[in-house]
Amino acid sequence: MGERERALVAPPGGAFRGRAVVMDAGDVRRAIWRIAHEVIEHNRGTADLVLVGLQTGGVWFAEALAAVIAQVGGTAVPVGSLDVAYYRDDIGLRPVVPFAATEMPVPVDGAVVVLCDDVLFTGRTVRAALNALCDLGRPSCVQLAVMVDRGHRELPVRPDFVGKNLPTRRTEMVDVSERGVVLGDLLDSGAQVAPAGMQDVVTPAGMQDVVTPAGMQDVVAPAGGPDGGRA
Amino acid sequence: MTGRHLLGVADLGAEGIDELLRLADTFVEVGRRPIPRVAALRGKTVVSAFFENSTRTRLSFETAAKRLSADVMTFTSSSSSLSKGESLRDTVLTIEAMGADAFVVRHSCAGVPAQVAGWLGEVGEACVVNAGDGAHEHPTQALLDCFTITRERRARFASGAARPRALDGLHIAIVGDIRHSRVARSDVLAFSALGAEVTLVAPPTLLPPSLEGWPVAVSHDLETVLAKCDVAYLLRLQDERMTEQFVPSLHEYTATYGLTASRARLLGPEALVMHPGPVRRGIEIAAEVVDGARSVITTQVANGVAVRMAVLYHLLGSGAPVGA
Repeated sequence: MGERERALVAPPGGAFRGRAVVMDAGDVRRAIWRIAHEVIEHNRGTADLVLVGLQTGGVWFAEALAAVIAQVGGTAVPVGSLDVAYYRDDIGLRPVVPFAATEMPVPVDGAVVVLCDDVLFTGRTVRAALNALCDLGRPSCVQLAVMVDRGHRELPVRPDFVGKNLPTRRTEMVDVSERGVVLGDLLDSGAQVAPAGMQDVVTPAGMQDVVTPAGMQDVVAPAGGPDGGRA
Repeated sequence: MTGRHLLGVADLGAEGIDELLRLADTFVEVGRRPIPRVAALRGKTVVSAFFENSTRTRLSFETAAKRLSADVMTFTSSSSSLSKGESLRDTVLTIEAMGADAFVVRHSCAGVPAQVAGWLGEVGEACVVNAGDGAHEHPTQALLDCFTITRERRARFASGAARPRALDGLHIAIVGDIRHSRVARSDVLAFSALGAEVTLVAPPTLLPPSLEGWPVAVSHDLETVLAKCDVAYLLRLQDERMTEQFVPSLHEYTATYGLTASRARLLGPEALVMHPGPVRRGIEIAAEVVDGARSVITTQVANGVAVRMAVLYHLLGSGAPVGA
């Protein structure tokens, strides 16, 4: 199963239970700063650069990255978004519904495109994104920036810029937003939320809206919320 | 939208319509690309089975299927074995046996798409899209009309901003041959489901025998209605379905119910003029109104492709629950 879309197929009432905070808001901010510098260094400037966020989890990441690149590199970099739903290889196998229309502010022809996504998992979304992108034109070069590389690749895809390499189990989920990166599990509706003895949750400052209901030691947030993708 | 088929607006409900319109938005972007094609329905076969003449609907569906990378089989009744006496059921099951995933069906008899859906259900999982059946329904036309009104109002007018229901507070006049019009039936259902107030304007002979249960007002005074409507939706006089004399003469019809250039000036500053086509210039609508600034008739045609892509994708590709 794909990565960002996993949240979509969560059963009504299903919930993401965070188990460990891997990065807090500060860590995410610093990773974005580092990646911005790496992008500029790698491309020797910002000429022809276009950042393209994958709907929906990669969009905020692309925008945040563009803001820092503009600050550091001194020039504004165009930001687009790509919805890869119609290019997925699992259409018809499960609900695949686009999040939003693709928006490309400048022609893709000849551009240096940096695809931005929150989590790199199987690589199937990136494969779909490459096909979608090449239908829009012929970029001179395509690079890949991800906030989290969680492994388990099913296709020969390698990121150029990584916020954090995070070893995971296949069954786990990763929740990424500006506010931090949380490793956890997707619960089916009606599943036990608070197994006894699970107390390894840390809630850093700035993540208070990941609710901890009274009497539970787990971080619980509704699946598919607007606060970033999970994979 | 829960069913495996799209037989009428009646099975969609406001939520189903909204869902398809949202999907159609993403396909408008696809249509603007240098290569307007996505691989979404690769390997699927769409049959366009038109047992009645059509230009725009058939081409629109076929274009939509091709833009989704589906294979298209085209069936036209005049050159088929129907003319040798093969029954409709046998014809449909023969095509199904070759492997078809969706049937786009148009027929001059109401209810044929539902019947085809029943036959197909006995042998497989192919889905049916009603592309117009008699004077019953033409659901994709109603969807593209709703889509065109919301998009054009949003693009043109400050008051066109998003509303709780897409057509909330709008006043839509449907003018002309309501009696023989499947478009009118689907439009009335769709427009009112999305919150619009609908007024039918027609000579008494061109209204359906009964309007009981229709969420509409009726008027025979076109000029008064034009002054207060947000959309004037004109319909063609369907001579081919008329078995008796419904209007004294075409000239008299135009004089009383035609959208002439002088009547078009009664429309408010934000009114749109629509027509499902084919247009008969000079009869139900004057040529200069068809080509005027308020007219979104060609936009309707362009949007039709995106809306039909959304319908085909929804039925064949989205993996949505099958079977209501």
